[in-house]
Amino acid sequence: MEFIIGKFNYWIYIVLMMIGFYAMIAKSNLVKKLVGMNIFQTAIILFFISIGSKKGATIPIIQEGATGDAVNQAVNVARYINPLPHVLMLTAIVVMVSTFGVAMALIIMIFRKYKTLEEDEILEIMRSEENK
Amino acid sequence: MTAQAPILIIIIPLIASFLNVIIGLWRKRLCYPLVIITLSLSVILSISILNTVITQGVIHYRLGGWEPPWGIEYVIDHLNAFILIIVSFISFTIAIYSKRNVEQEFPEKTVYFYTIYLLLVTGLLGITITGDVFNLYVFLEITSLAVYALIAIGRDKKAPLASFNYLIMGTIGACFYLLGVGYLYIVTGSLNMADLGRLLPDLYHSKVVLAAFAFFTVGVAIKMALFPLHVWLPDAYTYAPSTVSAFAASTMTKVGVYVMIRIMFTVFEPRFSIVMLPSTEILGWVASGAMIFGCILAIAQTDVKRMLSYILIAEVGYIVIGVSVANRAGFTGALLYILFDAFTMACLFMAAGAVMHKTGETSIHGFRHLHRRMPLTMAAFSIAALSAIGVPPFAGFFSKWYLVLGAIDAGKWIFAVLLLLSSLLVAVAFFRIIQNVYFPPYEILIAGSEIALPSARNDKITLMDEAPMSMLLPIVIMAAGILLLGFFSGRIISTIIQFTVPGGF
Amino acid sequence: MEAISSIKPLLAVIVSLIAAFLILLTGERARNLRESWTILASVVKFAIVFSMVSPILEGKVIEYTVISILPGLSLQFRVDALGILFALTASFLWIITSFYSIGYMRSLNEHAQTRYFACFAIALSATMGVAFSANLFTTFIFYEIITLSTYPLVAHKETSEAVKGARRYLAYLLGTSIAFLLLAIFLTYNAAGTLDFSNQGILAGKGSNALLTVIFILFMAGIAKAAMMPLHSWLPAAMVAPTPVSALLHAVAVVKVGVFTVIRVVLYIFGIDLLSRLGLGTALAYFASFTIIVASIIALRQDNLKLRLAYSTISQLSYIILGVALLTPSSMVGGIIHITNHAFSKITLFFCAGSIYCAAHKTKISELSGLGKKMPWTMTAFFIASLSMIGVPPAGGFISKWYLAVGSMEAKEIPILVVLLVSSVLNAAYFLPITYKAFFEKQDDAHLHDGYGHHDEIKEIPMVAIPLVITAITSILMGIYPDYFLTLAKEVIR
Repeated sequence: MEFIIGKFNYWIYIVLMMIGFYAMIAKSNLVKKLVGMNIFQTAIILFFISIGSKKGATIPIIQEGATGDAVNQAVNVARYINPLPHVLMLTAIVVMVSTFGVAMALIIMIFRKYKTLEEDEILEIMRSEENK
Repeated sequence: MTAQAPILIIIIPLIASFLNVIIGLWRKRLCYPLVIITLSLSVILSISILNTVITQGVIHYRLGGWEPPWGIEYVIDHLNAFILIIVSFISFTIAIYSKRNVEQEFPEKTVYFYTIYLLLVTGLLGITITGDVFNLYVFLEITSLAVYALIAIGRDKKAPLASFNYLIMGTIGACFYLLGVGYLYIVTGSLNMADLGRLLPDLYHSKVVLAAFAFFTVGVAIKMALFPLHVWLPDAYTYAPSTVSAFAASTMTKVGVYVMIRIMFTVFEPRFSIVMLPSTEILGWVASGAMIFGCILAIAQTDVKRMLSYILIAEVGYIVIGVSVANRAGFTGALLYILFDAFTMACLFMAAGAVMHKTGETSIHGFRHLHRRMPLTMAAFSIAALSAIGVPPFAGFFSKWYLVLGAIDAGKWIFAVLLLLSSLLVAVAFFRIIQNVYFPPYEILIAGSEIALPSARNDKITLMDEAPMSMLLPIVIMAAGILLLGFFSGRIISTIIQFTVPGGF
Repeated sequence: MEAISSIKPLLAVIVSLIAAFLILLTGERARNLRESWTILASVVKFAIVFSMVSPILEGKVIEYTVISILPGLSLQFRVDALGILFALTASFLWIITSFYSIGYMRSLNEHAQTRYFACFAIALSATMGVAFSANLFTTFIFYEIITLSTYPLVAHKETSEAVKGARRYLAYLLGTSIAFLLLAIFLTYNAAGTLDFSNQGILAGKGSNALLTVIFILFMAGIAKAAMMPLHSWLPAAMVAPTPVSALLHAVAVVKVGVFTVIRVVLYIFGIDLLSRLGLGTALAYFASFTIIVASIIALRQDNLKLRLAYSTISQLSYIILGVALLTPSSMVGGIIHITNHAFSKITLFFCAGSIYCAAHKTKISELSGLGKKMPWTMTAFFIASLSMIGVPPAGGFISKWYLAVGSMEAKEIPILVVLLVSSVLNAAYFLPITYKAFFEKQDDAHLHDGYGHHDEIKEIPMVAIPLVITAITSILMGIYPDYFLTLAKEVIR
């Protein structure tokens, strides 16, 4: 029981990742594949952020209004959640969005050339063109 | 300047790519000179870095002056420097080659092509030079996105779908890599490769570390097209424009192998990768599969670029076998093979591209008698093919020598036999083309009856119509490199490669 | 053995490489200049080789290391008696073949002559390389260069038959060398730690008997250039090449490189003691005998002249292997001296075949009736060379067969002696009828229509006929004054 509840963040991310993975592999519509990829990457990002959190800790931003010595004092690390995964995931989100953008551009190109977004139909068209 | 070389080598192409957009929108014709100047600077910088590493030892460069492991650090040892110089030299040569290809296939996208090309070079150099695992992920994705865009930039109708499939698979690979980074971060709190190498040995028994290793390996395997995760490669490299195929084939897979070596032997110690986990064993068998499978499928192809893609899959197999036997000879062979294979693949794909430029097709049939029309290109193609087969005196023989020696030293006779056997298969694949170029058969079967084709002396294509100089020069440089570098293998090994072999080998 | 360091071996190899480059540069535009490069290179090469003979006769060795390619493995030359014997034969015959080639190519107005002469030069360069190599590594490199440079020569005519033949040629030679020879070299390197040739062999005591036997079998299978059965099919297939190619390369250079490498492996890698202990010498001798007899029988059934000569070559090469395999001093001398004797005689025979093709456009033996009257020089030379092949004194071939016979008695192998006698009879059976046909049969009128519509006079072409007369005379001289080469051969086994 402890295994499931205690590590619930792992379970959630694994389930989400597998849903995304399944969509990427099994669906034949290109946009659906893309959505699956998105889910896949989002699951990973969620996972990373989840590992930075701590019980009873607050967000890693120093209190407003603190001036002078309060700012320069050593931060009590135990009271803040780990900011590093957040920072890393900002980068990863940027990567995810750019990948999404490139993929959409590719899909638009494909649509212009084949007038369909179903992979099996596209392969059919390709095969018939080759045989001509 | 030389002290700042590690960061300059990344910044110069990066800024140049932004400059390129601005300059290109102003005057399109300035893009090409800008690219050439930038890449020649990066070649000079990489030579200077190599020199520094050889004379002074490992370079540690701290970005922003932040101490590792809190700051990002660039660590350059012999392995990095070696790969750096290969990548920058090949990118420079292929940039020279690209001019005519771009003009012919997609002139309206010249500015964007060169911008993304420079970004691709930045990404590759960044992967090679960084000492931080997450930084590597960032550069890996820069590289991947650039390649996805470049593959689809041409006119070929099948390119976008090939690029899309590559995108899907490549993203899975990169995400697995990211997961690996994440798992390691959970248990160590560090992202610096050297630091991880220090912290991990205490944790080798942990399942998290095991999972991390597994994710890393699979992720990188997807990126370097190791059988059976190679499915994206043939389509992607066949339908991409010639320049892109040539560059991607000669550098991306090699950088992928570099990442694998770093993970297996720097982040994780050799004893973990080899003794505690049988990962090298598994990799060895997988790589043998790659060799045989790649060669056999290559023989079945009728399109030259597709055949070369399958040969590339086999070549990745060779390099991974060299790493997997985990001894000095095998590792030396793998690194030497990286160098020679980069030259060989660049030359082969560039030659195929030159043929495409002149004749408009790359089928084997289209190569008939091509030595009359394009003698130098075909001579370079033959030299590169013979090197890929592994016949002396060409460079490929010397690297294969070490690979087989490594396999025998490790007692893996089956690998040695498979290596030699696949050389024969590669020979069959290439000699079909070479025979068609120089001595095409005179009678072909059309609908069951033999028809005699005109004899050699009456063939109409007797005019020499060689590829343009900007394409020909890089091809010839690569071929000359293949001819000459082989004899310097000893010097290369003694000055650079022998220091890259992980301790304990 | 005292070693002198000299750059001459490298020069001998490089001379024709430079010539090949110059030939490619000159091209068709200046044919005479192009041909002069070949002739100049062959003469210079012979001069360099000849100048190295005297120190060798005194018992010294010439060494030169070119470059260390891989740690522990260098491109190294070491000229000893065996190497100089082979090199002398090959380089001298190249001079003669060059003149012959020029005559042959021009009279038939062949295409792609630049490629032909350039590849020829490279092939000879690599032959010198094998002759002078100091270790198996260097040998392998030059061995493969020979295969690659002779491929365009075999496919020269560019007909589908020629291309198929060339493909088979390449498949056999490249396939066996990569699959078997390279593996054998690796195993040797692994067992002995070195690949340098040494007079006592390098493999003694370096592995189990089973391993050493496997290595030996791999070597013999891998050196397909020696045309031992069953890996001999490439040689008849290579007969689609122009006759000068068949003459020099497939009677002298390529095939002799094969047997030369076999001798190197037998004497300098394994060593006489090791082989006799393992019993492999006798096994090889019987294998060679099999080839000798069977190849002769197949030769009997060939009507195409060049094919008959090809199978004769397969048979004669195994004489050399037999001589070395018997492991006795006399048999080895016989085998080694046969390198030279066979070279001169066989090249004469091929030259004659080419001369017949040039002058009369005939390739089949059945068409040769009465040709002796029209082409007296050619057919007489053919007769003399046949005598040498059969082993009739005073022709040179007699000397080698004599030593082989003495050797087989020394080795107490009477069956081998029988094989020698039977094969000599077979040689007579397939050579003498040709001469008989040429001189004593009436010219068959039905054969006069040779497809070119010529009823012309069949005239011998001087530039083609003179070389073959020279080589035929040399065959006789080798029988009358054998000492020069005999001393070299005896020097080898000292």
